Parts: sequence; structure tokens; C-alpha cells
Amino acid sequence: MDMQTSFLDRLFDAGLLIDTGVDGLYGRSGQFEDVIAAFERLIDKVGGGDGAEAMRFPPGMNRAFFETSGYMKSFPQLAGTVHSFCGGELDHMNLLKCMEVGEEDWTKDQKATDIVLTPAACYPLYPTVARRGNLPAGGALFDLQSYCFRHEPSKDPARQQLFRMREYVCMGTEQHVTDFRQSWMDRGVAMMKVVGLDVTIDIANDPFFGRAGKMMVNNQRDQNLKFELLIPINSAANPTACMSFNYHQDSFGTKWGLNLEDGSVAHTACVGFGLERIALALFHTHGLDVKDWPEHVRAALWG
Amino acid sequence: MNETIRELLGRVGGLPVAVTDITDEADLYAAGLSSFASVQVMLAIEEAFDIEFPDSLLNRKSFASIAAIEATVAQIIKSREAA
Repeated sequence: MDMQTSFLDRLFDAGLLIDTGVDGLYGRSGQFEDVIAAFERLIDKVGGGDGAEAMRFPPGMNRAFFETSGYMKSFPQLAGTVHSFCGGELDHMNLLKCMEVGEEDWTKDQKATDIVLTPAACYPLYPTVARRGNLPAGGALFDLQSYCFRHEPSKDPARQQLFRMREYVCMGTEQHVTDFRQSWMDRGVAMMKVVGLDVTIDIANDPFFGRAGKMMVNNQRDQNLKFELLIPINSAANPTACMSFNYHQDSFGTKWGLNLEDGSVAHTACVGFGLERIALALFHTHGLDVKDWPEHVRAALWG
Repeated sequence: MNETIRELLGRVGGLPVAVTDITDEADLYAAGLSSFASVQVMLAIEEAFDIEFPDSLLNRKSFASIAAIEATVAQIIKSREAA
């Protein structure tokens, strides 16, 4: 039997995830949410003292900002745009007829709105910070969390289309932001150890699109721009990325006009937690009933 | 070949400086070549020389300078002739 399907079925059977009929789009039980809330409190405990400014955006972002971000250059296959009916009464009648007959695609005349589904929690942040003017001396640190969308239907419960990402984003000098990234790599490993998860850190392999994407991924690897913290969920041979540590050099600074106090271009870095993946790793490692989890893990999460 | 590469670089490289001001050995990334622009240069070179970059050469080093691009293209043409 397919191991991935079987873990997903066990999650459905236990009521932790709720089937919606679409692969990668699931409801969550109260228990599942409680694990995510507990892990977020652990993140707060570790990172809360750094003085990050918290911002929460809805899971949709300004389409103009999305276009500037360049996401379509790298991951057109993952993006999700929001379209709506914008016609008049006659168009409405035709739409209903089309839906009733079911022969034609009723969505073909839907028009793009100004909203695009957020692909990563930090995307709405950069233009927001740029509007404020130069960064304060010593740089800036932000705390974000959002549902994110990626169009990649799968039976792997660790590859959902709508999932939450918690992020810290650091802006400052190259030294400042790379130190930030290194400190979170150390913290991430220590946090996962506290909750009883086996981890490895490796260079990331993002699914850049097409042959041009092959070059982007090679560049990313050659320059050590992105690391991932991997935890076995579906297979020990192919562990799942549950955290990522990204150094953007000055590319976001240049793109968005993020400048330091002296006017030079800011470097940026971000650390992301895949909250559903971490919860799934906990359920997979310690069992589907949290009452059976080791005492030290329960204490770390709910103590 | 050098001339063609320079012409393509000027057309799709999106450089903030004139290609004529760049020496063969100069660091193109330092001159302002973005990683996305380097992909466009790669695709333009493939079309112009009727070649295909193997995965192993799709990296930053292959596009680090005009000389590096020239050497990479020469290597691809040579391996194709040998095949």
C-alpha cells in the first residue's frame, strides 16, 4: 500500500484532518489546531525576546505587489489568482445556463481581481516596510504568520495547497542578517530536539519551473542561499522540509527599495516554520493521540 | 562568437552599463546581471548557436563573464562534434 495515502487515511480516520474532496485542501480538528497553537507558543518563547514587530496579513495579497515580487518568473505553476464574476445581468444568465448544462467551463469568463493568494507569509511585508522609508539603525525584525497557497495537489498530507507559515524576517547589513539566519538554524535544531523530532539540515531544492528553473536552483545551491530543516514524515529516505532559512542577499532590498539608515541597500533573510508539517511530524513520530506522547514532549508543548 | 555573445548580452542581459564597457574577464554579476537575466541570456545563446546547455553547465559560473560564456559555449559545441 502507498505509505503516503495510508498516513493521510489514518489522519482522516483519527479525525485530525478532514477530507474536503480536494487533494491538499483539508479541515483541521481542534486537537490538530491545539498542537499548532502549542508549537507557536514554543516559537514565541524562543524568538519572543528578539523584539520582532508582529504583523498579520490575510492569505491574499495585492496583485501589483505579487507581480513586482517576480514569483511568476520562478514558480508560475504554484501561483493562485483570485477571479470573480464581473459581468452584467445577461452574462449572469449565460453563466447559470453554462453551469446547469455543464458542457462548457463556466469559469472561463471570470475576471482577475486585484487579489492573489499569498505564496509565502513574508510577501506582503516588503512593500509595506519600503513605504515607511529608510530602516532604523540596527535594521529591523518582523514576525509574520499566514495561510499560504501553492497549487500542487498531492495525497501527501505534508504537501497541502493551503497551509500556514510562521516567519521571522530580518533586514539589515549582510553580517546582521546572515547572523540572524545562523542563529535560527541553531535554534530550530534545538527546538525540534526538545519536542523529540529527529532532524537534518540540508541545502534546499526548490521546484523552480522548467529548464530556466534548473539554473535558478543551481545558483541557489551554489551560493548557499537556502537551507532546510528536514524531518522524516513519509519516508526516512526523503525527509520533509519543516523549516527553511533563506538569505536573499540584496535582491529584495533592491527590488522593493529597502534601504538602511545610511541609504545603502538592505540585505534580507527569513526563517520559516511550516506549521502543518511540524504538527504532522509530531503526530507521525509520537502517535495520533497526543495523550500517548512522551511526557517531556507534552511538557515542552503544554507545560 | 564573442561578438554574438556581446550582442545577446546587450539585448537581453538588462545590464545598467553598455556591453562595450565590459571587458571579457569582468564579473557580469558585479556589473548588474541578475540571475533571471542570466537565464534569458542562456535561452538566447541556445537559440543563436543552436545548442542546448546540459544541466551540469546551468549554473552561475557558466555566465560569470563574457569569457566564461564563450568557454562554456565552445565546450558544448565541441562535445556535440565529438558525439
